[in-house]
Amino acid sequence: MSDPARPVPFRGGGFVARQRRGMGLLVFVLLIAFAEWGTRTGFISALTLPRPSDVLLTFKELYDTGMLFKHLIPSLTRLVVGASIGAGLGIALGVLIALFSLVRAGLVPLVAAIFPIPKIALLPLFVIWFGIDEASKYALIAFGTFTPTVVATYAAVDNVDRTLIRMGQSFGLSWQSIVRKIVLPGAMPGILSGLRISLTIAIILLVAAEMLGAEFGIGAYILQAGSLYDLERLFAGVVILSVLGVLVSAGIAAVERRVLRWRV
Amino acid sequence: MDLRLEKVSHHYGATEVLRDITLDVPSGKIVCIVGPSGCGKSTLLRMLGGLERPDQGQVLQVGAPPAGCLNPLTFIFQDFALLPWRSVRGNVSLVLEDHPLDRAARGAIIDDVLSRTKLAEFGDALPKQLSGGMKQRVAIARALAVNPAVMLMDEPLSALDSQTRELLMDDLVSLWTRAPFGAVYVTHNLAEAVRLGHRIVVLSRRPGQVREVVSIDMPLEDRRNGLAELETQQKILWDMMREEAMAADAELVDV
Repeated sequence: MSDPARPVPFRGGGFVARQRRGMGLLVFVLLIAFAEWGTRTGFISALTLPRPSDVLLTFKELYDTGMLFKHLIPSLTRLVVGASIGAGLGIALGVLIALFSLVRAGLVPLVAAIFPIPKIALLPLFVIWFGIDEASKYALIAFGTFTPTVVATYAAVDNVDRTLIRMGQSFGLSWQSIVRKIVLPGAMPGILSGLRISLTIAIILLVAAEMLGAEFGIGAYILQAGSLYDLERLFAGVVILSVLGVLVSAGIAAVERRVLRWRV
Repeated sequence: MDLRLEKVSHHYGATEVLRDITLDVPSGKIVCIVGPSGCGKSTLLRMLGGLERPDQGQVLQVGAPPAGCLNPLTFIFQDFALLPWRSVRGNVSLVLEDHPLDRAARGAIIDDVLSRTKLAEFGDALPKQLSGGMKQRVAIARALAVNPAVMLMDEPLSALDSQTRELLMDDLVSLWTRAPFGAVYVTHNLAEAVRLGHRIVVLSRRPGQVREVVSIDMPLEDRRNGLAELETQQKILWDMMREEAMAADAELVDV
């Protein structure tokens, strides 16, 4: 007598991130469609949430009057200048901390001490130091991007495969060659994922700095709209920030694809 | 150029890893170092290559390296140690870039070593695209590029499957017969040792001491897998190592 044959039940699968195209977009579209439907039917009152189509109209008006770029260009300049200074210095100091024990012993506690300071609290100080103009805003954004970049960079350099460094030494490579050709490229994945975080912090600080003293800029625009309870304009400003965030993230993803093609 | 170890001893903290090792590596010959795991084989090799300093004793170079030698003591690592962000050519080029060579000379060396290791078509591939055997051939090409006086090979075939290992052993033998190089070959695999070693140094378990030095006179190109003489040699070596290996296996590791 033979026992009946059954297929072995499948127990594998799952726990793997797979690419699903358009899913992210779909979530956005559904949320906006829900808000539009809710505000039109009166299910959501106009005081709670502005109607998405009205926000779009406000946005169009902003564009038509030329005010969009009048606000956007100073903001982008501040972001680019401040974040470049902060990230550049942060990467440089992070590499120094990772490579020299003396620098590490001296500066890691200092970095740990300034990391948790809400940088926005120091704006008055920066105003005294650098004046009320652009320089204090650059300094604030640079300072805010600096600390997370330092931490991410030295952690990334610490994680570079030591056998590769030994290999470089065994072939008699110079110190500079080892740093430039082995340590820095090896630390690149970690540095880039650190930049993702620090650039997002830069956007947050940008708005904060502009709220405290700027005629033009997205932060100033949002502050004006907020003080008038003009929700459509407030949301138009918020949307610009979100788009900025998505663009920064996409930009870093593009750099990663180019620079980290070698990754498995 | 010969290498000589004189009365080398070494400790890691309280653990004595090497005790009073004296050893000669003649130029143009392959010396295999075998021994149970944890007996300090790899430490010994790193000392020979100047990556580690012995507590006592000294490591000496006898005579000048041959002309045209860019890096007299050159390692081949078990885990290949290729830069994943550089192509095959780029990985070989890396070790030439610090030397005063013009672009054409560098290109010529790279072409030469890639064709000697049968990698000529794969110059632009990235390491992630290569099989383990190919990766190790790239590492061998890289080592050949600097024209070493002594190659220091740290279990170079241990990360590969047995078929690939056979193929690579044949490659190493044919590279050696065409242009003999001195080498220290650390392995725990006795079959590799009897195939590639002109001289086989058996180390005892920790603390590593030289237990026996066996010479095999048969020319490398005549040695084949499963040849009776080699099997006998291998058995003799195994009998020598068996007890040491068992004792080493039963030890607690406290590193």
